[in-house]
Amino acid sequence: MERKTKVDAENSKHDLHITREFDLPVDLLFRAHVDPEILEQWMGSKVLKLETKKHGGYQLEKKDENGKVVFRANGVIHELVPDKKITRTFEMENTPFGVQLEVYEFEPLSNDTSRLRMHVIYETIEQRDQLLKMPFAAGLNMAHNRIQEILSKLK
Amino acid sequence: MNLRRDVFQAIADPTRRAILLLVATQSMTAGAIASNFDTARPTVSKHLQILTECELLEQTQTGREIYYHINAKNMKEVADFIEPFRKLWDDRFNKLENIMKKYKPKK
Repeated sequence: MERKTKVDAENSKHDLHITREFDLPVDLLFRAHVDPEILEQWMGSKVLKLETKKHGGYQLEKKDENGKVVFRANGVIHELVPDKKITRTFEMENTPFGVQLEVYEFEPLSNDTSRLRMHVIYETIEQRDQLLKMPFAAGLNMAHNRIQEILSKLK
Repeated sequence: MNLRRDVFQAIADPTRRAILLLVATQSMTAGAIASNFDTARPTVSKHLQILTECELLEQTQTGREIYYHINAKNMKEVADFIEPFRKLWDDRFNKLENIMKKYKPKK
């Protein structure tokens, strides 16, 4: 498997960069971030609220089979430029990870390919490191079989 | 035995990841942890044992109760832990790419 997603996290810094190139035109890549129905599918969380505009808020939630909430996150969108940029805050509720500032930059590479660069800034070095050490705490890759579920529905 | 490999094996299991998620914010007893799963209690105990052996969980005795909590200080360098984080985003973005390749605008 080729490694398409790159994560750069320098030691003793309170931020990190995630870069990924997609075989998708930039407008589809952007749409996947602002259309709640699509976002729900690839994030694996229910979108309770998504106001895709400046000062707009959003809230995501994930429940297990028994209806127990295992993940809830919220934030505010500070800047939203279609097909170019989203600046937002992100807070995972009931976790010690604080509020993150996230800058998403979308750019076309060709008519059919595009690149997403995410810059994620944490409040402290410790919070960043703790989150990196517990990626599963994001609660989002807990259900790998859901990937198959979604994809088989689309076929 | 390679501890790091053990750690990754430990977190490869969805139930164990769910357990770590549960105790990430608060210490819990084995009973309280097990009540969150449909899985049989001995199965949860086995998962707790593996996580404790891999030093991802620590036990603290408070009175008659044993509480489990995340052992953050024993974690390795950040670089060692980037791979699962990267994998998480890679999986998510692969999903995004697959969905959008099949996407047909409705309106």
